[in-house]
Amino acid sequence: MVESQLRFRNDEPVGDPAITVDNFGEQTNAAAVRIEPGDDARDLLPYLDRLKLVEVNFPAFTDGRGYSAARILREAGYAGELRAVGDVLVDQLFAMRRCGFDSFAPQAPLDPADAEAALTRWADVYQATADGRAAIWKKRHG
Amino acid sequence: MYKYDSYDQAMVDTRVAEFRDQTRRRIAGHLTEDQFKPLRLMNGLYLQLHAYMLRVAIPYGTLNSAQMRVLGDIADKYDRGYGHFTTRQNIQYNWIKLDEAPDILADLASVEMHAIQTSGNCIRNISSDQYAGAAADEIVDPRPYAELLRQWSSFHPEFVTLPRKFKIAVIASDTDRAAMRLHDIGIQIVRNMAGELGCAFYVGGGMGRTPMIAPLIRDFVPLDQLITYSEACLRVYNRYGRRDNKYKARIKILVHEIGKEEYSRQVEAEFAHLLTQGIEPPIAELERIVPFFADPAYDLTAPDAIDRSDPLFALWYDRNCHAHKQPGYSIVTISLKPVGGIPGDAPADQIRLMADLARDFSFDELRVTHAQNIVLPHVRKADLYDVWQQLDAAGLGTANLDGIGDIIACPGLDYCSLANARSIPLAQKISERFAAPEKQAAIGELKLKISGCINACGHHHAGHIGILGVDKKGVENYQLSLGGCEGADTSLGKITGPGFDEDGIVDAVEKSTEVYLSQRKDGERFLDTYRRIGMEPFKEAIYAKEPVNG
Repeated sequence: MVESQLRFRNDEPVGDPAITVDNFGEQTNAAAVRIEPGDDARDLLPYLDRLKLVEVNFPAFTDGRGYSAARILREAGYAGELRAVGDVLVDQLFAMRRCGFDSFAPQAPLDPADAEAALTRWADVYQATADGRAAIWKKRHG
Repeated sequence: MYKYDSYDQAMVDTRVAEFRDQTRRRIAGHLTEDQFKPLRLMNGLYLQLHAYMLRVAIPYGTLNSAQMRVLGDIADKYDRGYGHFTTRQNIQYNWIKLDEAPDILADLASVEMHAIQTSGNCIRNISSDQYAGAAADEIVDPRPYAELLRQWSSFHPEFVTLPRKFKIAVIASDTDRAAMRLHDIGIQIVRNMAGELGCAFYVGGGMGRTPMIAPLIRDFVPLDQLITYSEACLRVYNRYGRRDNKYKARIKILVHEIGKEEYSRQVEAEFAHLLTQGIEPPIAELERIVPFFADPAYDLTAPDAIDRSDPLFALWYDRNCHAHKQPGYSIVTISLKPVGGIPGDAPADQIRLMADLARDFSFDELRVTHAQNIVLPHVRKADLYDVWQQLDAAGLGTANLDGIGDIIACPGLDYCSLANARSIPLAQKISERFAAPEKQAAIGELKLKISGCINACGHHHAGHIGILGVDKKGVENYQLSLGGCEGADTSLGKITGPGFDEDGIVDAVEKSTEVYLSQRKDGERFLDTYRRIGMEPFKEAIYAKEPVNG
């Protein structure tokens, strides 16, 4: 498994190695899986009760499929760890957080101060997504 | 028009701070150019041939006089004294220094403006009908829906790195003045049989190297599901749009490859799921936005008569003024296409004059059109002569709306690093060839559009006459196409045959107009004649060998 640089959970990190989506269905005792950009996150929905860690790989930060994968899992009720791995950069952290990621294992370490600033900069948001924040329209209308 | 509340203002202010920090980290070397590029693009900052270009968002093309004045001031303060209005109803500045870009954004934020998502692989600035709120034929003002979509699409966290750029247009009349079906998503506000308002969704249109007219995906989405349905359209695209080839990455290719039935089936499934997720703003949010676009306090006694005793004014009135829904008022289009000029360019003084005229004569409102002109949407007919005199004195009185001199052109090889050929000098030559007002008047409506490369920013596919610049073994070469059209009867132009050099293409355009003038029947526009008689007569004239004397 990869070590998270940033983690926003209180439970113990899962030590299991993350296996591919293809293998996950067959390995009935597996609890950790890694999604590649071309995988369909919905293939995991039958197994949410035994899933504890989902790694979503970003081979290049410009490939945004992992954002949809994250939201789909959270929308389906997945409550385990959702970890962004690979080409994870400071300026994508906030959007990832909003899509439901709660841990980050960048291949190149992030400047802690820059990461902190990126994650705390936005007081409000326009959309309702997987992070549970109240959208601006919600605040306007209660 | 829409006014920011404290939330909207905080969003653009935060964006300024964020971009300032990103620029600082880039200059300090903490970000590589590859890492910085998508960030600056999401703020409209391109690296062009000679300098940075900054593209400022003008949501649905509407702005007030204070905003327009700041656009003029920015041209003076940070650029070379002019700005360029674009086919996306935006303005761009071509000579920007990177370290000053955050200051420009701060100036913009001071008048509720920004450059958010005017570039990059994200949802771009929402465009709309430039006559919205003033046109006699609209069923409702489309801009409140565009504003709702603006907020939804700003910093949408799931859609920050789409396969490719994504453009949305919203209209609300059967006459399509926004090239709606040539967008990634075109939305037409319609009424159903029960008289309720809703949205018809057209998905997968676009220009570029593979032009496509968007098919209808769903004929009626209720207003209180507009955001949810849009999100479903985007999610299917984000997941399944092609990322292996940037030339096949637009949603039009996805819709074309899997078919509109399969695409819409996937959207419906995603839509059904997302309806359970509570992502739709309440209808109260739309009701909050709608009154910002209420009619201005029209003078109900404004006279409808026009004094046509000045023939130059009468010519301008006939060409550049459009019927307004309110008796006694006109919609004025200011042409930014003077003979020999650069289409869409305006010096700072002209920008500020247009701001003053909007303040004094048009309830403080202006519009930018996708044809790169400026609209004063609500002018009393009794004031038109005064307005025209002021425009004319400033070089803004050109009477050529929708005529052959009203050319759309991309920046081309004079500025753009993607271009294969120059567009601007060609537009200048053509407008000079047809400079005589009687020549233009005889030809009437003829939309001529020039792109300097296959990306088609100059909309050449949709031109009655379209010109595409290509690189032919290191020499600029221009392809001619005929019969393109945006609007309710959208069609794509067809190439006439072999291309031309710069002088040859101007001749070919002129020969095309001669064929039209000799073949037209009563009341036919160029496009109508072309559609009736087809390509052959034009080809014969354009490619005829010159007769040899003796």
